[in-house]
Amino acid sequence: HLATSLPLPSERDHLRPRIDLIVFMIDIKSKYSLKTVEASLAHVDASFFLGKVCFLVTGVGRVNACSIETNAVCKLGEAYCSPVLFCELELEGIRVVTAQRLLRMLQICAGHIPGVSALSFVSLMRNSDDD
Amino acid sequence: MDETVAEYIRRTVLKIPRDEIKTMLQKWGFLSEAQLQTLNFHQIKDNISQEVVQLCEENSADIKQAAVLDIIYNHIYQNKRMWSVYQMKKSGEELEYFDITDFKKKFKGRLRSALKNVTITFKEYEDNAIWIRVAWGTPYKKPNQYKPSYVVYHSQTPYVFISASVLKSNLPLLCQALIVASNYHDIREMELRSHSLNSLKDIVFKRYSQNFQTYYPKPVQGGSVEPESADIRIVQENRSEKERIHRLNQEVFGGGPQPKLEFAQYKLETMFKSDPKMGVLDKKEPFRCLVKFSSPHLLESLKSLAPAGMADAPLSPLLTCIPHKARNYFKIREKKGLFPESFVSP
Repeated sequence: HLATSLPLPSERDHLRPRIDLIVFMIDIKSKYSLKTVEASLAHVDASFFLGKVCFLVTGVGRVNACSIETNAVCKLGEAYCSPVLFCELELEGIRVVTAQRLLRMLQICAGHIPGVSALSFVSLMRNSDDD
Repeated sequence: MDETVAEYIRRTVLKIPRDEIKTMLQKWGFLSEAQLQTLNFHQIKDNISQEVVQLCEENSADIKQAAVLDIIYNHIYQNKRMWSVYQMKKSGEELEYFDITDFKKKFKGRLRSALKNVTITFKEYEDNAIWIRVAWGTPYKKPNQYKPSYVVYHSQTPYVFISASVLKSNLPLLCQALIVASNYHDIREMELRSHSLNSLKDIVFKRYSQNFQTYYPKPVQGGSVEPESADIRIVQENRSEKERIHRLNQEVFGGGPQPKLEFAQYKLETMFKSDPKMGVLDKKEPFRCLVKFSSPHLLESLKSLAPAGMADAPLSPLLTCIPHKARNYFKIREKKGLFPESFVSP
């Protein structure tokens, strides 16, 4: 399900399945996208932050056009205990790999991988970040 | 053949991209087909232009013919120049029959009576456009052929498109000659400028697709916002918002392609409105500020702002009024009176 911001329009509530993973996309070229994400975070129930939220920063290939500091996004990830992924959607290879990563995360969050829960996975990712 | 004419022709040919030289010389029609056959168009341009000058020498070209070649070049590459739009006013309602010979005679007469050293060339095109090229001199100097002014006049309209040379002092004279020749009594410059001559024509002749109020104000449900994703597993949560934006955009911009403008400029002479406690300015003077929007295609980019999520729909009327008001230069002053809001001056 794609949305431009949260909260989601209530008229479609009855059509929506269970939400297993929320990916917040931040365009590094647009300060506005960061603002929108920050405003939308306030509408997310706290239980999602136990491994069911992820930040995806796009457009990192265009170094000259960055409007947001990666530091700011990493701080956001830390504040909400959620992983931050960086990618460049304009490159097909990276696009495919990123999609595969997200899909893997989704499988875990939806409980399809036995023995791995969303919470254990996200703490795994956090530990490797601290290196 | 005059040396200056030879040099001028040589330089004009050098400007033309190599693949286009043959067609342009054919359009010019000064060199015979037989002569054109003798030219080798596969060598470097330097050599091609030298050969062309040789042939022109044989035909004894003078500045008049060279000027026609220049008009042809500028007609094809019209978008390299910056064009301004002027509107002429008639004093009465007399519908006079337009006579092209009379126009040319009066135009030349008016210019030449004020300035002896001018080169004036006319060329008519199929779309009723009359192209005029004027090279300016002084009472003591021959005309400078490298900085001419170009005028495009559609005789059935009160509009004139001028690409002036750098010498702005000749503009009043040019305008005067135009109104005398076309039997109008006044001319004023519109606040509309662009590189795309056709787009300027589209705007003033109202040839672009405008949206008119339809009888049924409700939007047609079938209007698709974007091509439906082939994958039905993707669900757009904000579809109704996207459709609203699309509908508003269609109302404002119409469905067709927008005229091509490169910039919009707003000169603000408004009071700085801030928190009274901040007191940025000691004096209550209008805050002068210039806001300029630039783009390779300004109107199309404005049209795509809201769908791209970069601006709220509807856009400010200051931006959307550009084609309807036929202007892209604005002065915004404080409205004096009961409502202290800014208004757009005429």
